[in-house]
Amino acid sequence: MKSIAELEEIRKKTLEKISLRTNADGIRVVVGMATCGIAAGARPVMNAFVEEINKRSLNNVSVSMTGCIGVCKLEPVVEVIDKDGNKTTYVKMTAEKAARVVVEHIVNGQVCLDLTIGAVEK
Amino acid sequence: MRDLSLHILDIVQNSLKANSTIVKLHIFEKAECNKLGLIIEDNGIGMDSDFLKKVDDPFTTTRTTRKIGLGIPMLKESALKCEGEFNICSEKNIGTKVFATFSIDHIDRLPIGDVGSTMTALITASPDTHFILLAESVKGTFILDTEEIKKTLNGEDGGSEMQNLISINEFAVIQWLKEYINEGLKNIFGGVLNEIDS
Repeated sequence: MKSIAELEEIRKKTLEKISLRTNADGIRVVVGMATCGIAAGARPVMNAFVEEINKRSLNNVSVSMTGCIGVCKLEPVVEVIDKDGNKTTYVKMTAEKAARVVVEHIVNGQVCLDLTIGAVEK
Repeated sequence: MRDLSLHILDIVQNSLKANSTIVKLHIFEKAECNKLGLIIEDNGIGMDSDFLKKVDDPFTTTRTTRKIGLGIPMLKESALKCEGEFNICSEKNIGTKVFATFSIDHIDRLPIGDVGSTMTALITASPDTHFILLAESVKGTFILDTEEIKKTLNGEDGGSEMQNLISINEFAVIQWLKEYINEGLKNIFGGVLNEIDS
């Protein structure tokens, strides 16, 4: 049984590593979470991003959600915005593709061209 | 929508877009009258009476990308198709309350689903919003209040030392919350309603 007391443990453990965290030069991941996105499976995609980002201890990435981005037939849609404001729109995302985007795009800076809206909407 | 938790995510998204700072979720089972109920209450900007009248019409929406909005109509449909009820009331600048019930043993009733995932997605995306989740059945009550979680995380002194602040959307906290919520709901809605894994 989970209890509130466990939070205290988590608090202590997290405090030790939290000083490293910065939000400067952050990359933002924005997941489209309107009715269309949710119905198409945006929730597992968002959770996959959060999980994968934590697994790789990335300190400058934030995950948030937004409403409908406008191309419902290509949902789930995820936008990755880098520190210079350049936006990449990934479409028809899945949890597996999310893991790939974290490794290739966010860690290594290589945009996954075949998953972007440009590649799909030809 | 495949389950109730996805409907919740969808409706609460409306609340967040309406600048709500407090969102209350109430899920309850009334076994004696065979009803599962859901109430989502927020303190957002609300709707005027004209908009409220047509809000369950799919051809009404506040979004600007297109003229169709399905969040509220779909929840209504989900409730009505299993002989449930649907109601929504709202007041400008005070807030909105969405109310839906579902007949528990109706074949079309949606499972409750992964409420833990829904809550953690919402908290990750909007850590400053005060979420209250209340689950009730004959087996007991489960309450999750994000303000209390934040207090616990920041220590008894309320986090007066700045470097002692732990955000609620820290991964370890989020993961704990998800398990805590799903375990809590399993205890409350176990048995027929225990469909978290579906």
